[in-house]
Amino acid sequence: MKTSSRRRSADDRGFRLGTGFFAFLVVALVAGIFFELYRTSTLSLQKFGFRFWTGKTWDPVAGEFGAFPFIWGTLYSSILAMLISTPIALGIAIFLSELSPRRLRTPLAFLTELLAAVPSIVYGLWGVFVLVPIVRSLQVATPGWMKKIPLFSGPPLGVGMLSAALVLAVMVIPFTSSVAREVLKAVPSTQREAAYALGATRWEAILAALRFGRTGIIGAVILGFGRAVGETMAVTMVIGNNPQVSASLFAPQYTMAAVIANEFTEAADNLYLSALIEIGLVLFAITVVINAASRFLIWSVTREIKVKPPKPVSTMAFAAPTGGGK
Amino acid sequence: MTETMVSDMQTPTDAKAGSPAPGSGSSPAALPTAGRTLRMESKKLDFFYGAKQALWEISLQIPEKTVTAFIGPSGCGKSTFLRCLNRMNDIIPDTRVEGDVLLDGNDIYGSGTDIVDLRRRVGMVFQKSNPFPKSILDNVAYGLRINGMAPKSEIPERVEKALRRAALWDEVKDRLDTSAMGLSGGQQQRLCIARAVAVEPEVLLMDEPCSALDPIATTKVEELIHELKRDFTIVIVTHNMQQAARVSEFTAFFMLGRLVEHDRTEKLFTNPGQKITEDYITGRFG
Amino acid sequence: MNRTQRRKALSGFVVFLCGAAVVLALIPLFFVFGYVLQKGFSSLNWDFFTKMPKPVGETGGGMANAMLGTAYLILIAGAFAIPVGVIAGVYLSEYGKKWFASLVRFTADVLNGVPSIVIGIFAYGLAVLPVKHFSALAGGLALGFMMIPIITRTTEELLNLVPGTLREGSLALGATRARAAFSVMVPAALPGIMTGILVALARIAGETAPLLFTAFNNRYFSTSLVQPISSLPVQVYTYAVSPYDDWHRQAWAGALVLVGFVFVFSVLARVVTRRLERMHRT
Repeated sequence: MKTSSRRRSADDRGFRLGTGFFAFLVVALVAGIFFELYRTSTLSLQKFGFRFWTGKTWDPVAGEFGAFPFIWGTLYSSILAMLISTPIALGIAIFLSELSPRRLRTPLAFLTELLAAVPSIVYGLWGVFVLVPIVRSLQVATPGWMKKIPLFSGPPLGVGMLSAALVLAVMVIPFTSSVAREVLKAVPSTQREAAYALGATRWEAILAALRFGRTGIIGAVILGFGRAVGETMAVTMVIGNNPQVSASLFAPQYTMAAVIANEFTEAADNLYLSALIEIGLVLFAITVVINAASRFLIWSVTREIKVKPPKPVSTMAFAAPTGGGK
Repeated sequence: MTETMVSDMQTPTDAKAGSPAPGSGSSPAALPTAGRTLRMESKKLDFFYGAKQALWEISLQIPEKTVTAFIGPSGCGKSTFLRCLNRMNDIIPDTRVEGDVLLDGNDIYGSGTDIVDLRRRVGMVFQKSNPFPKSILDNVAYGLRINGMAPKSEIPERVEKALRRAALWDEVKDRLDTSAMGLSGGQQQRLCIARAVAVEPEVLLMDEPCSALDPIATTKVEELIHELKRDFTIVIVTHNMQQAARVSEFTAFFMLGRLVEHDRTEKLFTNPGQKITEDYITGRFG
Repeated sequence: MNRTQRRKALSGFVVFLCGAAVVLALIPLFFVFGYVLQKGFSSLNWDFFTKMPKPVGETGGGMANAMLGTAYLILIAGAFAIPVGVIAGVYLSEYGKKWFASLVRFTADVLNGVPSIVIGIFAYGLAVLPVKHFSALAGGLALGFMMIPIITRTTEELLNLVPGTLREGSLALGATRARAAFSVMVPAALPGIMTGILVALARIAGETAPLLFTAFNNRYFSTSLVQPISSLPVQVYTYAVSPYDDWHRQAWAGALVLVGFVFVFSVLARVVTRRLERMHRT
């Protein structure tokens, strides 16, 4: 009847707008972050312009605001962390999704989750008291001739780029591997089967699956990179917090996130604060781009198949439910 | 190869031992495949998913250069058995096989078996076509490359031969470098057939190859099978009895994990030995 | 070695490498866990849980105020993040195919990837700058913003698993959309949604960076929304970077509490997930 259907559609509309408002809040939040950051950093944006990012000296007390060391430090530490962590993370993802005996799978996956859930501060603590001394003794043990190479130069402080990259690697591994694992799960098993049926070895069949999911796996790696870029606490505790640009693994350096964490509460004047917020703005922009790109890549692989926990689907598409397949 | 004729006269009775309706069936002395060279043979094959048994004492003979069809209702074990023939079930964890499967007289489940080689010799085409996300040429050449079967110079020629065999060459010869994913469903399945025959297998296993195809594509594939059987031994699992009647010389009827009847196709469809077979064929269940 | 043997050797080698990768990754896990356990356990005494921090330089005392502070902050965060997240998740599940829903999903994922320190800056601009002092509210806001995307996505995914027939049945009986959604669909997905909330809570409980300049820190116990408040992660950080051994000792104890919290929540989440899978399989 007309009246009830009108009431129905009014109710539908009300529900849609009501819940839609809350969904809109999510979008508003992200937009808000951007605008807010932009607004509070205008002082610095206007005063320094692009020079901000090319200047190599960061000495706010003396009025020098060169933020290049932070870009350098962030990229160096994150890229190095990815170089270390990606092969391991992919190895874990492959092991868990293709190779592991069924009984081991759950406990191992659980342990990986645990690794991912440990707070950054705990990794930082471990980094300061355990990793840094190890790196220090590594430095001390470096032969003199190696110390002459810029990559290995510097006094044995322990804190520095290597320690930061190592801690970051440990933190990123479980993250990258769980996303890669989701991608591999979404690759249809028929791809591997086709390879086996043509006489492929185990590794060759895995390669076929990897090739099918390659865009998603690249997405997983990029996502991990984004995580490394934004990591704050663990990094600031082991990197030395020195705004210098150095090629050495052992030199104390600084990242964007770390300088914000350390100097925000000490920023004495508005310009200083604004400069730090500008760094935050760029950090935000970088992570948004990284995230968007990687999500797109991952989406293109998992498009038809939604694989999210708790997905109650057996990974073995042929497991006979009650005896007798087809 | 020919020794199976006399020494395994026990097998037909055994094959019927587990049947739901133990009947007279064919006399023990006349195996349906008598007089033919056998390519593959299973002897009292049992198959288990973990603790659950799925196949019971399957003893079946596959003569060379013929088409043998496996028919039966859903869940009867025909695909499971097919996958035992190239040990594809090995990739499922917790599965177990008892009994023998012989390829040219050698037990493929024996300890000395090279599985990689076995799977090249016994190829498989799947129900839903599964081309790799590569070019048409790379798909067909895949098996050749990983098995090192042809030097780089010979690959294009071998690919053409395989595509011709799959009746696909004329349709794709101008776009070998384009992605295989751009082909239609029927073309993709013929591509998978080309890919499988490129490695020159001895036996070609086909698991309901037409079930995802339209009637025209299905006809094309059936015509293909007629051609292919001149060079390959083919085993095809199908839900479609008319198809089995059209393409095969021998048919095996499975039910509930057992081999109920195995005979020449014309005989099985016109004068089945078991009542269950007759019921299935005439559509009384299934 | 002929070609096939080489291929098989390569395959075996790669399998070995992957297994080695797993072992390699687990080493730091056990290393960290073990170390935290060893260093922190001895300092976990009654004092730690009940006493307030002593003045600089004096030994003893505890982190009672920090733990309560964390609990308080979680409460503030959850108070607005849970409703927003769940309702947004309901929208995504009910109207998932619209372009706006895709936009929301995308921004939720993006928000998830924003570094927590940037969220801290945002909350700072929102709640600290205008009033010129740190507050528990600002800290709660920052943490809540981080929770929203997690809860939204989990709620959406779980609601999608509930069969649509439940919704239809409810509507056919004359229920409004809202009632169908909130009194039928959401309760059906509740265990999973709760897990999502718990996971989000566990994640923010360990966050330090966004609190550094929002909630800041407080040597005393406070329940005021507009005063700075201490929190476990910030306290651990402050102690860790200090020069005092006794404070280091307490930092380890605090880290142990955090890790224990994470462990319990992970186990809980797994158990609930497993139970859900079993329910859906029948």
